Amino acid sequence: MALIQEVDYGTPEAHSAVTVTLTIDGQSVTVAEGTSVLRAATAAGIQIPRLCATDMLASFGSCRLCLVEIEGRAGTPASCTTPAANGMVVHTQTERLIRLRRAVMELYISDHPLDCLTCAANGNCELQTMAGAVGLREVRYGTEGANHLRLPKDTSNPYFQFDPAKCILCSRCVRACQEVQGTFALTIAGRGFGSVVSPGMEEPFLASECVSCGACVQACPTATLIEYSVLALGQPEHSVVTTCAYCGVGCAFKAEMRGQQVVRMVPYKDGKANHGHSCVKGRFAWGYATHPDRVLKPLMRATTADPWKEVSWDEAIARAASEFRRIQAQYGKGAIGGITSSRCTNEEAYLVQKLVRAVFGNNNTDTCARVCHSPTGYALSSTFGTSAGTQDFDSIEQCDVILLVGANPTDAHPVFGSRMKKRIREGAQLIVIDPRRIDLVRSPHVQAAVHLALRPGTNAAVLDAIAHVIVTEELVDEAFVRERCEIDSFARWAAFAAEERNAPEAVEAITGVPADLIRYAARLYATGGNAAIYYGLGVTEHSQGSTAVMALANLAMATGNIGRPGVGVNPLRGQNNVQGSCDMGSFPHEFPGYRHISRTDVREMFEKDWGVALDPEPGLRIPNMIDCALEGSFKGIYIQGEDIAQSDPDGQHIAAGLSAMECVVIQDLFLNETSRYAHIFLPGSTFLEKDGTFTNAERRIQRVRRVMTPRGGYQDWEVTQLLAQAMGYPMRYPHPAEIMDEIARLTPAFTGVSYAKLDSLGSIQWPCNEANPEGTRVMHVPGFVRGKGRFFVTEYIPTDERTGPRFPLLLTTGRILSQYNVGTQTRRTSNVQWHAEDRLEIHPHDAEQRGVREGAWVRLESRSGATTLRAHITERVAAGVVYTTFHHPETMANVVTTDYTDWATDCPEYKVTAVQVSPAAGSAGTLNAGRILEKHIRSQQP
Amino acid sequence: MIEVTSHQAAYQRKLVHQANQIGKFFAHQPQPEAVANIADHLRKFWDPRMRTQILFHLENGGEGLDELPRHAIEKIASETTQD
Repeated sequence: MALIQEVDYGTPEAHSAVTVTLTIDGQSVTVAEGTSVLRAATAAGIQIPRLCATDMLASFGSCRLCLVEIEGRAGTPASCTTPAANGMVVHTQTERLIRLRRAVMELYISDHPLDCLTCAANGNCELQTMAGAVGLREVRYGTEGANHLRLPKDTSNPYFQFDPAKCILCSRCVRACQEVQGTFALTIAGRGFGSVVSPGMEEPFLASECVSCGACVQACPTATLIEYSVLALGQPEHSVVTTCAYCGVGCAFKAEMRGQQVVRMVPYKDGKANHGHSCVKGRFAWGYATHPDRVLKPLMRATTADPWKEVSWDEAIARAASEFRRIQAQYGKGAIGGITSSRCTNEEAYLVQKLVRAVFGNNNTDTCARVCHSPTGYALSSTFGTSAGTQDFDSIEQCDVILLVGANPTDAHPVFGSRMKKRIREGAQLIVIDPRRIDLVRSPHVQAAVHLALRPGTNAAVLDAIAHVIVTEELVDEAFVRERCEIDSFARWAAFAAEERNAPEAVEAITGVPADLIRYAARLYATGGNAAIYYGLGVTEHSQGSTAVMALANLAMATGNIGRPGVGVNPLRGQNNVQGSCDMGSFPHEFPGYRHISRTDVREMFEKDWGVALDPEPGLRIPNMIDCALEGSFKGIYIQGEDIAQSDPDGQHIAAGLSAMECVVIQDLFLNETSRYAHIFLPGSTFLEKDGTFTNAERRIQRVRRVMTPRGGYQDWEVTQLLAQAMGYPMRYPHPAEIMDEIARLTPAFTGVSYAKLDSLGSIQWPCNEANPEGTRVMHVPGFVRGKGRFFVTEYIPTDERTGPRFPLLLTTGRILSQYNVGTQTRRTSNVQWHAEDRLEIHPHDAEQRGVREGAWVRLESRSGATTLRAHITERVAAGVVYTTFHHPETMANVVTTDYTDWATDCPEYKVTAVQVSPAAGSAGTLNAGRILEKHIRSQQP
Repeated sequence: MIEVTSHQAAYQRKLVHQANQIGKFFAHQPQPEAVANIADHLRKFWDPRMRTQILFHLENGGEGLDELPRHAIEKIASETTQD
């Protein structure tokens, strides 16, 4: 293994069908029109020295190293800013150029510490390399004069330092922050010799707007911006391309290693989802993998009141198997089930559902998509015929109007959020539908055309009102509907939408959104060019989650905004492999590939392959498992990589259900809230310790590659396999590649997928089959998967969760950039510096009425329970609405959320809870309980 | 009358709520179509023991069930009997 060396072409690729041919150093080179001379030379294998140029950023022309001579032109132009032209004759190495470059380099080095041997970037420093390339042999200027060598380092950021003494003012960091990340946190302060890179208003990095995406560190050609891990460990010696295990964007990274130790994670330029960009989580927050809290040996106890005892793998697996068989003998075949993990690989999710169906003999399998995007699966399958988003992320580059509903990409899907911001800076119009003023509503160089700040729980009413405008103002794309959709269903929907009760003016009192804003948004979506819908859990996690997703699909079909690049309906998936875990048959009603278990033909195919008879009846979903545990018919569960006691709603109900079970087996990285109710704990493995694949929100299957030995001894798929074997089923795969081969054999959309093809293509978007051997960028071209698109009437039905005198405010929940879901991973990294606790956002009006001050402790109470947290007074939320994140167990936000669920899928209604907020004396109560709980968990660690 | 435990009663109340939610989604459709779609949804997505619980509840009078889901559950009951 060696370090992967990516070619840096110096300037971005030009996209033109027209080509030009020029001569560089005697070589004839043909490139797309708009390509720089620097890029054309690099493509031809000719290296022109450069420092400020990199292909992640627009050309800048400041370093004056990439100078060339062009016949017939005066001077020595910078090759990075000079477009290649037909007939151009370029010389990259002449006496004059050599002299000029050396002189420029000499000036750079005259104000640079000459500590190369002890510098952390030694061997991987572009300045060092270019000094060698230009043949610099001496620096005639002493270091006695004015210089920057004694400027203090900024060590405020927990992951990287800024050493201005080493800065050459190439502006790559500033430009990366602007062009790639879109945060504009960095600038060059001062003028001339006094110029310095400055975060914010000459603040430390940590205090500035910097979001620690790492783009500046990656762009830096010297050791000015460098990771502490490199300072501590030295330069990596080999690297492996793998896929991030945080959100559903699915960024490809190079895990840069020394032996089995990760030195750093660097975003991979060839990653089709991230194109070389990253966020603070994927780039830096991987330290949880080696955190001392990791449980590395199996644990067991007779009852949950007993202390944990370390046991061997054999003992733990044998006990789990015998307990599951005992429970089935005593209570029936359906008394046990399993939960697959959307953080684990496709192959691991596939094996857990196979274990449940083939070994447990029932369909009691579910996954965390139950509590996030299950309505997406139901609704998009009903309307279009496939349970997945329609586009790839690159599609946004052809988008003119973005309809963003119930999603906060700059926090929850940051790398795609940056792409979205870039497109908006280029001129795309943004419509935001969200109760909260998310950053995209207004941030540097980005402003939404309109923000519909609706009352939580009224998505369907707003979307129906948009439909009303589209139908009554005759904005429907009739030709598209006639050709591509079921006319009867359209007619029924259009008649419904046109009803006066759906007019923006009629729903204003319900939604709180001024009618003229809805009319403006509807017209913009229908007539503004390519219009794409992106949505998140603010749509799905409602009692009408499925209805609202159908309403979005209706809008796309009615306006013809589906079936080509730049448009579509795109769920922003929460977890790294939530799309994949759904694809792999994690739900209790369907086999891999979204085929209902009642279908005899499909069942027979699986029965033949797996060698067992399969149950044709749907199994239990997670909430049903808990209900049935309390009712007495569900007694044992195998949970791989999910903390339902913290993540699922109505926490007290979950706790009671888990307590009622006789055998709870947890397979995870850490002891967690759910493990309080467990009898057997099996050590899990991180994404760094396993082979497999993840599938991101754009249906892109990407390899996960093992870079270190599983710290607990086994990869997660191996543990499932051991359990299956102990229960008498011959599950024996030598490698996840063989599991993928089985998936491909049994799943039409995966027919063409194999590890060999993934290695060759880098990634594959399903469906990948005979018709689409290299995968499918955009779905539903030229027709819908189900044949004709189907419209559904999406009547607004108010949630039963109502405000009243006792609970007058509506609580909604969400994520923050630096933390991830219940924080299991990110709380065990330095990301806690940005978000050490969950806070309750409350409008100044509501705060004043209650005597709540900024930072004060408040009691948050609903009909389900109460918790205590500190208040943050802000106009981001409207009066009557409060908001919190749920990253910290101390907060126990899900003690407050209720058990109301989506009508079709049982997805919990996290986004609407009637609450009251009142001042609290301190963190007594839940917070203390949480801390005691944490202490308790730690004390149980052997 | 079939005796139910307190947990079963709570569970059945939840199932009634869910069945009514499903009913409301299909309520705009002509009654036979709505009833068929509700029954189909319950068959496709509810574990048999959930259907059993709601059938018990119906046998005990079906308190709280809206008209459409009630008809749908009666339809499932009649088909179960035929089976």
